[in-house]
Amino acid sequence: MAGQIYPRIYKITRGVKALSSPAIYVENLRKVYGNKVAIESLSLEVQQGEVFGFLGPNGAGKTTTIKMLNGLITPTAGKVSVLGKKLGDLGARKQIGFLPEHFRFHEWLKAYEFLDFHGSLYGMSKSERKKRIPEVLKLVGLEHRADSRLRTFSKGMLQRIGIAQAIIANPKLVFLDEPTSALDPIGRRDVRDLIVFLRDNGVTVFLNSHLLSEVERVCDRIAIIKEGKVAAIGPVDELLHAEHIVDVRATNVTPSLLEAISHRFRLMDHSNNSYFSVSVPEQEVPALVEMLVASGANLYELKPRQRSLEDIFVDIVQVSGDR
Amino acid sequence: MRSLLIAKFTFKEALRKKLVIGVILLSIVFVALYVWGFSSLKNNFDERIASGNPPPFSFEFFANALVLMGFYTVNFLCGVMAIFASVGSIASEIDNGTLHSIVPKPIRRWEIVLGKWLGYAFMLAIYVLLMCAAVVITGKLIGDYVPPRYIYGSLLVVLVGIVLLSITVLGSTLFSSLTNGIVVFMLYGVSLMGGIVKQVGEILDSSTLKNIGLATNLVIPSDTLWRLASYVIQPRFSLQMGPTLLSSDTPPSNMMVVYAFAYIALALLIANWIFARRDL
Repeated sequence: MAGQIYPRIYKITRGVKALSSPAIYVENLRKVYGNKVAIESLSLEVQQGEVFGFLGPNGAGKTTTIKMLNGLITPTAGKVSVLGKKLGDLGARKQIGFLPEHFRFHEWLKAYEFLDFHGSLYGMSKSERKKRIPEVLKLVGLEHRADSRLRTFSKGMLQRIGIAQAIIANPKLVFLDEPTSALDPIGRRDVRDLIVFLRDNGVTVFLNSHLLSEVERVCDRIAIIKEGKVAAIGPVDELLHAEHIVDVRATNVTPSLLEAISHRFRLMDHSNNSYFSVSVPEQEVPALVEMLVASGANLYELKPRQRSLEDIFVDIVQVSGDR
Repeated sequence: MRSLLIAKFTFKEALRKKLVIGVILLSIVFVALYVWGFSSLKNNFDERIASGNPPPFSFEFFANALVLMGFYTVNFLCGVMAIFASVGSIASEIDNGTLHSIVPKPIRRWEIVLGKWLGYAFMLAIYVLLMCAAVVITGKLIGDYVPPRYIYGSLLVVLVGIVLLSITVLGSTLFSSLTNGIVVFMLYGVSLMGGIVKQVGEILDSSTLKNIGLATNLVIPSDTLWRLASYVIQPRFSLQMGPTLLSSDTPPSNMMVVYAFAYIALALLIANWIFARRDL
């Protein structure tokens, strides 16, 4: 019951930049392996020019979804268009960059040769590649390693060169599946700056990451998926402020009071009768106080909670997990 | 066009594989031994003539036997190289994830399979032609012996390699590298044995043995192509002396060449069909 609160509250909000057709349109996407359902029914839209965060617990189907959008896995059912084209359209693929999650590259190549190969896969001409490769090497901070073999690269450097191959062809849409998993804090900041740089240049970014603080900082909109379905989707601000939660400290709290509160509002974390939290719309906070006082409880503290994306994520994932 | 890009890449990659380097080093050793063996045979032959004790056969007889053995060795090395260079061409790239950044690019999956096949086929062709040339040139320079139709014979050995390559690439879309290596190498062994069984069947005129041989030829036509190659590079006098276990005195039908081309095309079509549908 409580798990359904999110889809109801967080309606799909059309982004401000929704001037043209969406960069990604997914309707009832489904993937079944034998009798195991990987993606039940997924629908979402990503607008052009936005940074879209794609979140969910392990096994929720994030990577499967990204792989379907990139033609690595064939969907069982559903309607998908990427950059306005059907899946697999070569013209659309020319404008898409992708950093896979568990990537490995041909380690016998030098960084420059590697980007040259991927550039030519995009159909870039020799002169275009010659001009572009130093640019992207600089963007990912590897300009001094152009002649090093990938074999000699650290994990973080491989991740950077992986991002470089994703953006080499000046794509309109970039999929990054866990782009910062191997990076140190400075590397993460660099990737964040790079994502902002891409957005400033009108590139749509589809970001799959476990680092919620990062997602919170860089994404315009996010979707949280759970068990192969979208559990919440919307602008980050809206998600952060969609639910008003207060933390309460009081004594002499009777079980019947808690029951009355849970009837009217959503009672959370009430393992201890002296400390509990309530999800309550701001305008109803006086009513909550009145209930507490009227029941004879001694109210010491009642303060609105500042919620982070992590709180929301944990909330959604755990609440639905309890069912 | 994009297939050629993959082909070029595959060729470059193959040249860096230890296996290929190993085969090339072994081949250099083989050519050196071959030259040495050929010249000492020639010296021995000349000495016996000079000492008034000529061997019972003409030098051509021995030269032909050496060239046949030389071609057979090239044929075998080419088979080993075809199988083990391409054994993980698809499977290992799926397993280690290198395909994950290539498949989403503007390229069709069949172009990837075809490109890899082309790259290896090109490598095999160069290898076989160089090796066969070394064998033929050695015979010409040292023994002044040139086998008949050696170009056709060399091309047939190239075809042996490409047949094995095609079935290995097909296997690679289905099995892991290890399983594929075992399966294809067993098939290769069966084809070698099948060829010998057929040969024995011909010597003994046993239809059962001949049919078993024929069946293996159809399952994997590499050995029958070798038989044809060995037939075309033998001079008439050698053919009249009868078959050996490694070579033929009666040619397999030229239809086997047509069959081999159809076999290669079918293997590639199935490989493309399977790979196009695989979730990576």
